[in-house]
Amino acid sequence: MTSTALKEPVRENSPGAARELRRRPGRIRRIGLPYLLLLPALLLELLVHLVPMVIGIVMSFKELTQLYIRDWGSAPWSGLGNYKVSVDFDAPVGEALLHSFFVTIGFTLLSVGLCWLIGTAAAVFMQDTFRGRGLLRALFLVPYALPVYAAVITWVFMFQHDNGLVNHVLHDQLHLTGKPSFWLIGDNSFYALLVVSVWKGWPFAFLIVMAGLQNIPKELYEAAALDGAGVWQQIRRITLPSLRPVNQVLVLVLFLWTFNDFNTPYVLFGRSAPEAADLISVHIYQASFVTWNFGTGSAMSVLLLLFLLVVTGVYLLFTSRGRRAADV
Amino acid sequence: MRSIRAAAVGAVTMSLALAATACGGGSSSGGGSNDSPKTLTYWASNQGASIAIDKKVLQPELDKFQKQTGIKVKLEVVPWSDLLNRILTATTSGQGPDVLNIGNTWSASLQATGALLPWDAKNFDKIGGKDRFVDSALGSTGAQGKDPAAVPLYSMAYALYYNKQIFADAGISKPPATWDELIADGKKIKAKGKNVLGAEGSNLSENIHHVFVFAKQHGADFFTADGKPDFTNPKVVDAVKQYVDLMAKDKVIPTNDAEYAQNQSVSDFAKGKQAMLLWQSAAANLKSQGMKDDAYGIAPVPVQSGAPGTGAQTNSMVAGINIAVFKNSHNLSGATKFVKFMTSDAEQKILNTAYTSIPPVKTAQSDAAFNSPATAVLKQTLATSAAALPQVAAESQFETAVGTAVKDLFADVAAGRAVTTDSVKAKLEKAQQQMPAA
Repeated sequence: MTSTALKEPVRENSPGAARELRRRPGRIRRIGLPYLLLLPALLLELLVHLVPMVIGIVMSFKELTQLYIRDWGSAPWSGLGNYKVSVDFDAPVGEALLHSFFVTIGFTLLSVGLCWLIGTAAAVFMQDTFRGRGLLRALFLVPYALPVYAAVITWVFMFQHDNGLVNHVLHDQLHLTGKPSFWLIGDNSFYALLVVSVWKGWPFAFLIVMAGLQNIPKELYEAAALDGAGVWQQIRRITLPSLRPVNQVLVLVLFLWTFNDFNTPYVLFGRSAPEAADLISVHIYQASFVTWNFGTGSAMSVLLLLFLLVVTGVYLLFTSRGRRAADV
Repeated sequence: MRSIRAAAVGAVTMSLALAATACGGGSSSGGGSNDSPKTLTYWASNQGASIAIDKKVLQPELDKFQKQTGIKVKLEVVPWSDLLNRILTATTSGQGPDVLNIGNTWSASLQATGALLPWDAKNFDKIGGKDRFVDSALGSTGAQGKDPAAVPLYSMAYALYYNKQIFADAGISKPPATWDELIADGKKIKAKGKNVLGAEGSNLSENIHHVFVFAKQHGADFFTADGKPDFTNPKVVDAVKQYVDLMAKDKVIPTNDAEYAQNQSVSDFAKGKQAMLLWQSAAANLKSQGMKDDAYGIAPVPVQSGAPGTGAQTNSMVAGINIAVFKNSHNLSGATKFVKFMTSDAEQKILNTAYTSIPPVKTAQSDAAFNSPATAVLKQTLATSAAALPQVAAESQFETAVGTAVKDLFADVAAGRAVTTDSVKAKLEKAQQQMPAA
């Protein structure tokens, strides 16, 4: 990108600005302009991400309750108090946070795993041309394209105990359950959340893997076929290794999205999620906005951020090391 | 070349987005003043069966206000599920409406934020004086000993709505006056294949309203006299267990209702699937769902024994909506005028008729429009046997913590798990530990 920019100065650029720039010393024109143009975006990034993050960190050291929210700067400092409360796993707040953390880990691993598996299987299946492939591909992307609220609220209707489609199919038609189950309260809520999350997430995996598959040279498969490799062997020996860089990014992105997902559990269960499906994002929301302990909520958010940074760092370290080893 | 052009397009788009974001935002900010005397923003709580119905009820009244005063009121009807958060966000950012509705049980919690205009004698004088309002309604306007944070707008009370036809079919001649009678009637109703009593097991506020009344009937409170949480008081535990047992042991509330949170129990009642409903001012809602006024009767909520009254005979919370003014409104004088308009006798009559609630203004309450048999029960309850929820700063947290505990207990029943005194106590203990340190 940069090299293209350097090779082709702005001479084609029409009126005013370009002419003005041409008069300036070449170096500034060549190097400065892209940065100048990026400045608004950088400023916006600063405003939207960095400033709230810093404010959040400051808040986490304050005793911020409803008494101070009008002027949160005046809230008394609490030092590490909020962090101590959050990680005191023998006391109710810390214990609930730890429970929520483990629920989220289990949920995320299952959801990401299933999203990847279904997405990859669908992408491989869609490699061959067949009648109706375009239509099917468009259909696959529907969950990804739908607004989250509309999609999840539809699931809420389907999971209803007495009128829901899920119980109608599982109980009334297939007779798989002894009696209609509750999906939106109690232990089953975990599975309801998982189903919706996977339904919403796999099309993204499908899209990315499909793009990755386009880059694998056909000749590899032809050569493998000539050597007598079957479909499964081709997938194992050619497809999966070639998809590795794509998968590394895909899994990381899916992990971060799923771990932090707030919309799905919130629309599905409202402001107080069942214990079995108490994801950490909603849990922190509850700590902040429902019990109005904004300081503790901020401390929990910072802890979560640190955890995700460590996970991401370790993941990137291992995957890049793996890639270097493969390159050698 | 292409990259520079792309960067330019990106930069311009970003700048536009930035400008658009900066333009958006609330209506007023800063300290209270009268900088914009010709406009007001009003957040109304969702009172009717839908937001559209509320707009239809309120807009003509706001137009009337504009005609009288020249002040235009921009209306936004906010669903209950969003209202508290919206108020909280507005409080934090200072970007809120000028006038707003609050659930009366939140008065003390919101008062503690310091965002609402205190209604001292001077402010009350501007709207005709404090004496115009009914005492029970004033009891839910803020902590004792402090100037109220809001003014009562609509009053409501819980009553027992019963389906006359289902009662007749089951051979029941009068509505139950005690819980034992209700349970006994329930057996006859179930024998006819109908559900007995509706509940909203996953609705935290509904749960709180009911367990609060049960606690009163057991002679207990969720808070000590000095405002500390007392959720594990044995009498409170018994009260909560009695409510959940209506589903677990007595089986008058169907297990299906454990996941209800969107007023489905009202629909079940309106559709004639269920014989009874404990609700506050349900008439307008039932009518909008096609139930005829003469299809149901209204009786006081049952008590443990005897007749409803004060103390252990309490059978309802003081339910209702208050109207409040944001202290940092840019049009304080207009906001006060608007509160005066909304609490005037004429408007009280119009609005409370539309919402089938009771005016908290004495002169309006005595109007013939509120003397029907249905409203008589509600009026009588408010006057003699209703109690205000604890007016403590942590009230809204209490609603969430204990409301969730009851929701979890209902979920246990739905999953077939036993509900015991110990399990109820454990849930309430957890709720108490989540309360902010006083």
